Amino acid sequence: MAYSEKVIEHYENPRNVGAFGKEDEDVGTGMVGAPACGDVMRLQIKVSADGIIEDAKFKTYGCGSAIASSSLVTEWVKGKTLAQALEIKNTEIAEELALPPVKIHCSILAEDAIKAAVADYRSKHDSIETEAPICAPVA
Amino acid sequence: MAPKLLKALYPRSGEQDPMTTQAIYLDYAATTPVDSRVAAKMIPYLTERFGNPASRSHAFGWAAEGAVELAREQVAALVNADPKEIVWTSGATESNNLAIKGAARFNSARGKHLITIRTEHKSVLDTCRELEREGFTVTYLDVEASGLIDLDKLAAAIRTDTVLLSVMLVNNEIGVIQDVAAIGALCRSKGVLFHVDAAQAAGKVEINLETTPIDLLSLSAHKIYGPKGIGALYVRRKPRVRLEALIHGGGHERGMRSGTLPTHQIVGMGEAYSIARAGMAAENERIRWLRDRLWAGLSAMDEVYLNGDMDARIPHNLNVSFNYVEGESLLMGIKQLAVSSGSACTSASLEPSYVLRALGRSDELAHSSIRFSIGRFTTEAEVDTTIVLVTEAVAKLRELSPLWEMVREGIDIESIQWASH
Repeated sequence: MAYSEKVIEHYENPRNVGAFGKEDEDVGTGMVGAPACGDVMRLQIKVSADGIIEDAKFKTYGCGSAIASSSLVTEWVKGKTLAQALEIKNTEIAEELALPPVKIHCSILAEDAIKAAVADYRSKHDSIETEAPICAPVA
Repeated sequence: MAPKLLKALYPRSGEQDPMTTQAIYLDYAATTPVDSRVAAKMIPYLTERFGNPASRSHAFGWAAEGAVELAREQVAALVNADPKEIVWTSGATESNNLAIKGAARFNSARGKHLITIRTEHKSVLDTCRELEREGFTVTYLDVEASGLIDLDKLAAAIRTDTVLLSVMLVNNEIGVIQDVAAIGALCRSKGVLFHVDAAQAAGKVEINLETTPIDLLSLSAHKIYGPKGIGALYVRRKPRVRLEALIHGGGHERGMRSGTLPTHQIVGMGEAYSIARAGMAAENERIRWLRDRLWAGLSAMDEVYLNGDMDARIPHNLNVSFNYVEGESLLMGIKQLAVSSGSACTSASLEPSYVLRALGRSDELAHSSIRFSIGRFTTEAEVDTTIVLVTEAVAKLRELSPLWEMVREGIDIESIQWASH
């Protein structure tokens, strides 16, 4: 399969690889996908006191498009409010990376990872129950 | 592949040539280059000796017919058969179709039950599916974790209305060798026709049709340095096996496969088989040495698993799962290597290799698999480069893998309840 230059670029130079402390108060962690499906993304966001995403980290098990999608969203969420981050749509990710139709699920997973990370952060800060994302690990 | 050959094919290397970035070819199970000795034999049959082998009235036809019959002898010799038992086809896919559909339809009055194996090539499985649509019943037998058949389970699956069993001699993905002598003996005792897909086996393992009770055997040229688009079906004469033809028109190949014979392709297949017969023992030994070297290098990493039995296996194949690394991303990291992956992501299906799943491998391990297949032109230096490239890419991707991190932290990934998507 031929990859777009942007996918290859992110694959070769992935941005913001790593981890924050999962238990840290200012960190939200979203892990989506499943090993059996061939991709697992973990996106972490570090949120400032005024609700801005200051930093983001990821680790991904998956194909090149999954790695590129998660690498890209770590760049995109930085500097955004939680509400703004939630506005990132999978279609924008797919368009930016020129993903072919069979790889659209990678961009959907990246969008889900943002939702899961934001939901995790919010659950640490308000007692309000937030809706669980579709692909999060159940336990 | 030999750099010399690459240079000859692509003298201005670096120009939009996908092969310059894939300098090491380790996908011989997919196809092989035509041996230059084979190509040299073929060329005159495209230009000067272009006659139709079915033309009986002039020298052009006689020359072509002579070449076709010599090739038939060369192919028969590799599998110790009578040349009269060889029917030319367009390749192993057609041979499998002709054998299975042809024998099932011809014998349908005797019974409409067939048996095959879950790990067969798609050209067998899809053919069986087609026969199911026509009213046949097919049993798809499971294999053991080694990839091999349990003879007792096979015996139990044979019914009074079973007419045909189809089993591949060497599996295309994992290279395991089935015990066709024992399976054939069982079929003979039960009056069941036995078809063997030997596309991946010819020239790699000994095949002796005089002593092995196989009724139908599919062969391919392009897996052993012959041209693509030509194959053969062995059809036993004693006891005689009868088939219903798939392609009609002219009654070539004793009515079993009509159509003008592609003389140059047939000549190429004959020469490829002749070379294979002469050099098989030495070539297997050399390839086994390379395979052992490759496996020693790759298995030095943690969490690396061999798929399929190591002993009942052709030396040409190494199918390896690199746990916690997804196969397609690994392929991206080893662009210089031409190998194939059992990961789903390479296809639109999103299902990982059905062969590895049939062995009972987890989806994770199936997604992490790479098939390395070694051949005539593989060098020691290529194997050593491969070890370095794969080791580096696996290390890099494991650094990126949340699963690897969790395993390192002592978290049992199996204990996590993942939601499928």
